[in-house]
Amino acid sequence: MKWFRKDKQKKEDITDSQVITRGLLIFPDTSSVMQAEQILKEAEYDIKVVSPPPKYRTGCDLSVEFPLIEEPGIMKVLKEIGLPPMDRLLISENGTEPLRLCRTKDFGDYLMVRAANMKITIDKATHQVVNISGGGCPDVPYLAYEMLGKKLEETPEPVLIGFSMCAYSLNTARSEMIKITDKK
Amino acid sequence: MLVLVGPIPIRDFPFSLGAVRMNGHDISVDGQVLDINRGTVAMMASAVAVCREYGLEPPTAMIAGDIGTRRGSVQIYEYLAQNLSMDDVNVLTLHYIMPDITRNKKFLDHIDTVDQRPVLIADAGAMYVAKAGGDAQRYDVFTPDLGEMAFLADEKAVHPAYTRGFIFHMEDDVPQLVQRAHEQKNTARTIFVKGKTDYICQEGKILEEISTPIIEEMEPIGGTGDMITGMISALIYAGKSPLDACRIAGRVNRKAGELSRPTPATQVKDIIAHIPNALNEVLEEIS
Repeated sequence: MKWFRKDKQKKEDITDSQVITRGLLIFPDTSSVMQAEQILKEAEYDIKVVSPPPKYRTGCDLSVEFPLIEEPGIMKVLKEIGLPPMDRLLISENGTEPLRLCRTKDFGDYLMVRAANMKITIDKATHQVVNISGGGCPDVPYLAYEMLGKKLEETPEPVLIGFSMCAYSLNTARSEMIKITDKK
Repeated sequence: MLVLVGPIPIRDFPFSLGAVRMNGHDISVDGQVLDINRGTVAMMASAVAVCREYGLEPPTAMIAGDIGTRRGSVQIYEYLAQNLSMDDVNVLTLHYIMPDITRNKKFLDHIDTVDQRPVLIADAGAMYVAKAGGDAQRYDVFTPDLGEMAFLADEKAVHPAYTRGFIFHMEDDVPQLVQRAHEQKNTARTIFVKGKTDYICQEGKILEEISTPIIEEMEPIGGTGDMITGMISALIYAGKSPLDACRIAGRVNRKAGELSRPTPATQVKDIIAHIPNALNEVLEEIS
């Protein structure tokens, strides 16, 4: 769903040399970061999720890196949806991005995709999700309950119902699996 | 006493502390029936199965509902740091808890004050927070899979999702990952690396590899790693050294998998049901 649409002309007017200073938005939990990421990306803002600075780390968390020049628009979007960040920081270099690499393993009738520590497996004929494994945060078993037995395309996006970095990785694996099955 | 700690994926499940009872195909804690699936419950069911075979009293569970909101994890951290008397605790295993470095350090500081320090085992979220907080060496046993081993080897990663690409690609070289993690003090004394080949390591050295029987179909099955953690916990509680516990649990896991004749769609409870027979076969083989 496209919740917000940024003015395309404005984006074309911004040159690379102008977008040199970036900031970080700190949120109270990973779930808020995931929601903010989805909404800001749908609104076509040049943002990415990264590891927060050490003083904000709990061991399972994210922050949103954004071009400072876009700050007013981004803040407006976040305020309108009731998701204001706890803090906003200036950064001199990029944070660490979450791993998006995936590995695929073919089991004949079944296909498994792994992203970081999370794996999703489907029945190739029916696209039914038959197993979810790996991960270590408490929403992983919950996500498994919500996704097992459903067709891949009908499963909820893990970032929408999960709260952790494991949910983020499972989301990456699920997206990759959808790409693979769409090609076939 | 063997204490198994971890959240349950039920939103409002209350904080509970009680013996784990086996009821046919389910287990219960404090009168509340729990479906045996991946995560904390799979670990508990596997530990109960081993305790039964050794004629030991059932493990004690410390659980709370948490679907990722941290609520149950915070309850657990606070009880561990403030209320849990360690007098009778021989083995303490922490599992799918939401990483919280500050709260985990408080718990570890509490552990440091007790006279009889329990054997500390961590897997999943409990292992992530131990490494992210620089506290890995305060634990006795870690049970990572390959992705988690890469995370332990990456000194910059605070969660497996942040493991850098070049280390993610080193997964075929487990000895290097183990050595790298050990040099950076990011492992417990004993680690059991779960994979196509299981590696049992101590102080950065691989002491044993278990690679047969190969049951490829177990890799996608959620909860098989939790089984290993539960069995290692129970075997240490039964008096085995961490090394011997790893040796037995690794073999029992594969044997139970073989007996269940799994497909990638098999659920872990169907494998856990074979633990008693698999354990007896393995103990006979190695005796």
